[in-house]
Amino acid sequence: MNTVRQLDRVVIRFAGDSGDGMQLTGDRFTAETAKLGNDLSTLPNYPAEIRAPAGTLPGVSSFQIHFADTDILTPGDQPEVLIAMNPAALKANLRDLKPGGTIVVNTDEFTKRNLTKVGYDDNPLEDGSLDDYQLHPVALASLTIAALADFDISKKDAERSKNMFALGLVSWMYSRPTEATEEFLRGKFKSKPAIAEANIAALKAGWNYGETAEAFAVRFEIPPAKLAAGTYRNITGNTALAWGITASGVASGLPVFLGAYPITPASDILHELSKHKRFGVTTVQAEDEIAAAGAALGASWGGALGVTTSSGPGIALKSETISLAVSLELPLVVVDVQRAGPSTGMPTKTEQADLVMAMFGRHGEAPIAVLAPQSPSDCFDIMLEAARIALTYRTPVMVLSDGYIANGAEPWKLPELADLPDLSVEFATEPNAVDAKGEEIFLPFQRDPETLARPWAVPGTPGLQHRIGGIEKADGTGDISYDPVNHDHMVRTRAAKIAGVKVPDLEVDDPTGDAKVLVLGWGSTWGPIGAAVRALREKGVSIARAHLRYLNPMPRNTGHVLEQYDKVVVPEMNLGQLALLLRGNFPGTDVVGYNKVRGLPFTSNELTDALEEVIKNG
Amino acid sequence: MADVKLDAPKLKAKDFKSSQEVRWCPGCGDYAILAAVQSFLPELGLERENIAFVSGIGCSSRFPYYLNTYGIHSIHGRAPAIATGLAVSRPDLSVWVVTGDGDALSIGGNHLIHALRRNVNLKILLFNNRIYGLTKGQYSPTSAPGTLTKSSPLGSIDAPFNPLSLALGSEATFVARTLDSDRAHLHEVLRAAAEHEGSAFVEIYQNCPIFNDGAFEVLKNPETRDESIIRLQDGQPIRFGDKVVVQSGYGLQVKDAAEVDESEVVVHKADVDDPAYAFALSRLSGVALDHTPIGVFRNVKRPTYDQGVRSQVDEAAAGVDRKEALDRLLHAGDTWTVL
Repeated sequence: MNTVRQLDRVVIRFAGDSGDGMQLTGDRFTAETAKLGNDLSTLPNYPAEIRAPAGTLPGVSSFQIHFADTDILTPGDQPEVLIAMNPAALKANLRDLKPGGTIVVNTDEFTKRNLTKVGYDDNPLEDGSLDDYQLHPVALASLTIAALADFDISKKDAERSKNMFALGLVSWMYSRPTEATEEFLRGKFKSKPAIAEANIAALKAGWNYGETAEAFAVRFEIPPAKLAAGTYRNITGNTALAWGITASGVASGLPVFLGAYPITPASDILHELSKHKRFGVTTVQAEDEIAAAGAALGASWGGALGVTTSSGPGIALKSETISLAVSLELPLVVVDVQRAGPSTGMPTKTEQADLVMAMFGRHGEAPIAVLAPQSPSDCFDIMLEAARIALTYRTPVMVLSDGYIANGAEPWKLPELADLPDLSVEFATEPNAVDAKGEEIFLPFQRDPETLARPWAVPGTPGLQHRIGGIEKADGTGDISYDPVNHDHMVRTRAAKIAGVKVPDLEVDDPTGDAKVLVLGWGSTWGPIGAAVRALREKGVSIARAHLRYLNPMPRNTGHVLEQYDKVVVPEMNLGQLALLLRGNFPGTDVVGYNKVRGLPFTSNELTDALEEVIKNG
Repeated sequence: MADVKLDAPKLKAKDFKSSQEVRWCPGCGDYAILAAVQSFLPELGLERENIAFVSGIGCSSRFPYYLNTYGIHSIHGRAPAIATGLAVSRPDLSVWVVTGDGDALSIGGNHLIHALRRNVNLKILLFNNRIYGLTKGQYSPTSAPGTLTKSSPLGSIDAPFNPLSLALGSEATFVARTLDSDRAHLHEVLRAAAEHEGSAFVEIYQNCPIFNDGAFEVLKNPETRDESIIRLQDGQPIRFGDKVVVQSGYGLQVKDAAEVDESEVVVHKADVDDPAYAFALSRLSGVALDHTPIGVFRNVKRPTYDQGVRSQVDEAAAGVDRKEALDRLLHAGDTWTVL
């Protein structure tokens, strides 16, 4: 009889060769865990190469999940459990494993040849180097093949089901139900029922192996978390973003037009939206990044919600078109799923180094609104906000996601669609002025006094024909103008329009009210910062926190908030870009940067230490 | 012109003039093209608001300002991309692109070839003056080798594009050439382009009197034009002056009519499916313009991109309650409820 032990949280990492199906395994384990009601957070990590040579270190793909009986904010700093499908996966991930952690290895892959391939002189399973860990050597491949001996499938196909064997075993270890995965496999291999049944048999064999093999004396249970009532699903940032774009179309009643060119890690948004034609969403895979932005702008001119999605290198190419949209004063939503740069950099790794580009990376004075989602599910809400601002103010809006939240997942409490904001717009249909002769005319740059937005008269509207262009326009008429005073006025007006965009106030979390230090983040650092702040408060340390979702314009009360604290710590996965903006906008603030650019999200431990250090040194 | 409403209003050329003062150099070929387009547009039978002109950057790209339609003067080379977004989302509009040799073939070459291969329903007018005018006289991708300019004081080394060969290589379904100075021919070619469903590519030889004056003189001078211009007419044997066009090897060749049997003269057909024929026609004239066909080289039917995109969306979206569909999307797959 196995002992069952209760845990409050655990971090598990599945690691194997790119071809081992670790992402799928992780996804299914996540779905099982979500069904049980644990709070969770996940992070996939895979190589940029589609098929790196099998069994090599560059070919290792992994998936980490953190789940708990309380709400959690990150995928976890260090895994406590590592599933390693081959020597490369062990070698690449061992240094991250918590001391004394559990390792399940597939011994079938620990051959002399495979060990040599990754630089192991001796077999680490036998040389005592893993003595400090709970090592579970399991012949995953041969056990799977044996379990599927009666199936009419090739040995190769049988061997490929070993990830399901591993999933069954780990599901047993952590008391996860597997029914939903069985259903999933039947759906996935609908056209190959023999393969579906073999995978299910492997899954069950893994579960049974855990139950019967004496190697596993202990099973764990992690009770459900107390989450707010509602219906939940697990969602990645890229999916939430695509759904937010779709919802913006529904909320505005406008057709959505996405122009995109494939680029890691943003392509999944294009893939997802191309499935959403039933919502009136048009997707055009353009010939290049520039055309993608251009086509979106052309569609916006025609009365659609134009959207273009990319990552840093693509955004650089779109820069000229975004400037045109600033000059034309048309709506355009631009999504930058940031990755490690410059240039190709590390396409599958995360970074936050495009903030200053989003703010200033255009020619001339070309201000735009800039927003950043703080978690995977927040991507949905931030897109509705981006659409609101773009449509209301007739301006480009940049949304800065990043690789961490794009591919990371968390449970999302589904919104009530009755609460969807009303984003409907009024197109211009009538003349809006009278000329010297008393005739009614249309002035394409006559502004709304409150928002400073110009009228949006789409082609096809009778009597409102007009010409717009990138050449400076006379305010009001929109006619070409080289008048110095008009240009100065237009530059200041476009700036005032963006500065005047209505955004909610910055909320400060300062429960004790006596904190001297504020930690201020933006974007995907929200989770790790939150976990660090929580750890500090548990130790009795006072610290205030706030998080910027609106980078331009910043909330009206930002300066006031910053003034309340002796020091403002700004953790960023760049060399201090928000810090630069804060020092420029609020020169009286003592800004302390905490910066790392390793292509990885911050761990809550390192942030806890860094924040404590600042607080201690006063 | 699919989906564009045809009210046949009684508009005149002057109805298409905007209030803006036209500001090209005196003698610029663009004036003649503008006048021809303004006099042609009423023939479309469309209300002015259903016509949109999109241009890039360059002298020719000022064109939209002077037309009383909807218009965008955009950025260098990107007009076909912007126009593609408009044409895809607005089937009720007649969308025209005005561009030049630098705009379309140099900085915007990529957008041009992709618009053509997709067969987006755009009418693309390329004003080719073989020079950069707006930037004051550098050689362009259609300048003759050896052209002396500010940026090529010892003569341009670049091999030029043949714009029609490029368009045909890009799978264009409609390819034509005309001259700024030949109002009647320009008008006729514009009409054929407008009637074509899909991308229509029209090269218009246009004189720049300031930086490349007389570039097309051989086609305009009464003494040389008859032996230089080949007027293509559908269904007619290709003859000009005392010359004819015959098949030769893999292509076409100009021969003295006297040397050739009548049955050997190629009869022009713009709807020949194999683009090799139109390509061979496009190769008859080199940079020197010795034998220059004008008229419609190619005019074939192929499904248009914008229609294809729209029909996928229309089919999927028919009868869908979007809010309800959104609710179902959000709740699809693995969900769980916390009480």
